[in-house]
Amino acid sequence: MSKRIEAKNLDIYYGKFKAVEDVSMVVEPRAVTAFIGPSGCGKSTFLRSLNRMHEVIPGAYVDGELLLDGEDLYGPGVDPVNVRRQIGMVFQRPNPFPTMSIKENVLAGLKLNNKRASKGELDETAEKALRGANLWEEVKNRLDLPGSGLSGGQQQRLCIARAIAMQPDVLLMDEPCSALDPISTLAIEDLIQELKANYTIVIVTHNMQQAARVSDTTAFFNIAGTGQPGKLIEMDSTEKIFSTPSVKATEDYITGRFG
Amino acid sequence: MSLTTERPAPAESSLIPSKPRVGDKVFKGLSTGSGILIFVILGAVATFLVALAFPALVSSPETLESQGFGEFWSWVIPLAFGTVWSSFWALVFAVPVAIGIALFISHYAPRKLAAPLGYVIDLLAAVPSVVYGLWGGIALASALQPLHAWLATYLGWIPLFSGQPSGTGRTILTTSLVLAVMILPIITSLCREVFLQTPKLHEEAALALGATRWEMVQMAVFPFARAGIVSAVMLGLGRALGETMAVAMVLSGANVIKIEMLNQQNPISIAARIALDFPESSGLAVNQLIAAGLVLFVITLAVNMVARWIVSRRAAFSGAN
Repeated sequence: MSKRIEAKNLDIYYGKFKAVEDVSMVVEPRAVTAFIGPSGCGKSTFLRSLNRMHEVIPGAYVDGELLLDGEDLYGPGVDPVNVRRQIGMVFQRPNPFPTMSIKENVLAGLKLNNKRASKGELDETAEKALRGANLWEEVKNRLDLPGSGLSGGQQQRLCIARAIAMQPDVLLMDEPCSALDPISTLAIEDLIQELKANYTIVIVTHNMQQAARVSDTTAFFNIAGTGQPGKLIEMDSTEKIFSTPSVKATEDYITGRFG
Repeated sequence: MSLTTERPAPAESSLIPSKPRVGDKVFKGLSTGSGILIFVILGAVATFLVALAFPALVSSPETLESQGFGEFWSWVIPLAFGTVWSSFWALVFAVPVAIGIALFISHYAPRKLAAPLGYVIDLLAAVPSVVYGLWGGIALASALQPLHAWLATYLGWIPLFSGQPSGTGRTILTTSLVLAVMILPIITSLCREVFLQTPKLHEEAALALGATRWEMVQMAVFPFARAGIVSAVMLGLGRALGETMAVAMVLSGANVIKIEMLNQQNPISIAARIALDFPESSGLAVNQLIAAGLVLFVITLAVNMVARWIVSRRAAFSGAN
């Protein structure tokens, strides 16, 4: 569990359009890395390329290397399905499966692995994942009710439980709090702090305070103009980025002078 | 002096509309009228059926024997069986294929192939049923005759395929296949539309958990589309139950309840029986045919209510919320 990600000169394309250009970075295990930057700067695209989710769009591909503990995720013969089983993802809007109960949602990923598990083991896994997502106490009496009956914040924690039930190496979060109220946001941020003891966490956020609060390392992406590819401008410890960034554009962005 | 006289409403107030909103009223009238019209038509049909069926329903078996087609229930139950039996097999043949095609168009086919395929399927729906009847009775029946013989020879131990196979191929099996082709387009089109509506969010949720394409379809697409699939199947079933020409042109039909699908003697459907017998009927015989129509009406209604019940059973999990 908890692996290091290394990108080497990664370009990301949607057909002929180059969305992200020449990103090289190292994402450390057992730490939270935040991606910040203006809309359209490619930070979400880059995040989705980390578990090959951007390939959902036809014509998407990458050029360069992306290593998970030294293993190329885009190497020949690598199945994106297996990549996604090791690298979990939480989306911008909570997306529990509406036709499944709370428990079925948590166990949805495990079912895919076709593991023959007894009911007792499954219950135990579900409880562990829900406890891990700080949701157990709130839902333990209604595990068989639909997940769509929960509040937005609870649904998002359910999605986190669903992701960590797979015991992934890395957890990607694409603006996980942007659809939530401040109290639910705080609950998720606390959870991220707890999860980083066991997982490599990468989070995309539009909220600068959030990046400052939860992350150890921050990467700033920017875009030269519409139709231009997004680029990684600067990546450093969060403390350094938010106090003395070395690039002028980073300082302008975090002080709110643009974007 | 009262307050109202001190503050008269300005003549040109922007809050008080100067003229009534005609468009709103017209539209409300039209939509309400259309809603009521449905009830009126349905009521008129039901009244017609009950009123004209009544003489046959209250006649003694002897009267029906001499002036109609014999005792009512022993006459109509085989027909009801033939209706349901041929439609049931039509569904068994059509639904898996329809869902497969719809899924192929919505989630598997490259865009360049998906659109033309969709048009071709819709085109199938435009073929008149009498053409299907001609095709089924002339071309398909004789083409399927070897299949009848083969099934009877090698799978004859299954009750469905037992007995002497028909030499013409004009059997309930052929009829069901014709019906299956007829109901395929409507089921396919509706399923395709519903599959395409699956929220991207749910599809991505499944994919991000490491689902393959087929697993994603099972986790996100089918559960979401369940109610839509049931509705599509019910519309198809409705067409199969009420189909007249295609059945009448393939089957000669006897008044029997038989589950064997390959024999010379086959049960026929209510609609086809009515169409075949109506031109030469008069008096009480007409009333008896209309009573059979009433039975068909009730069967269709019952099927639709069961479908509604299936859809509503797990409403909380439907994905609508």
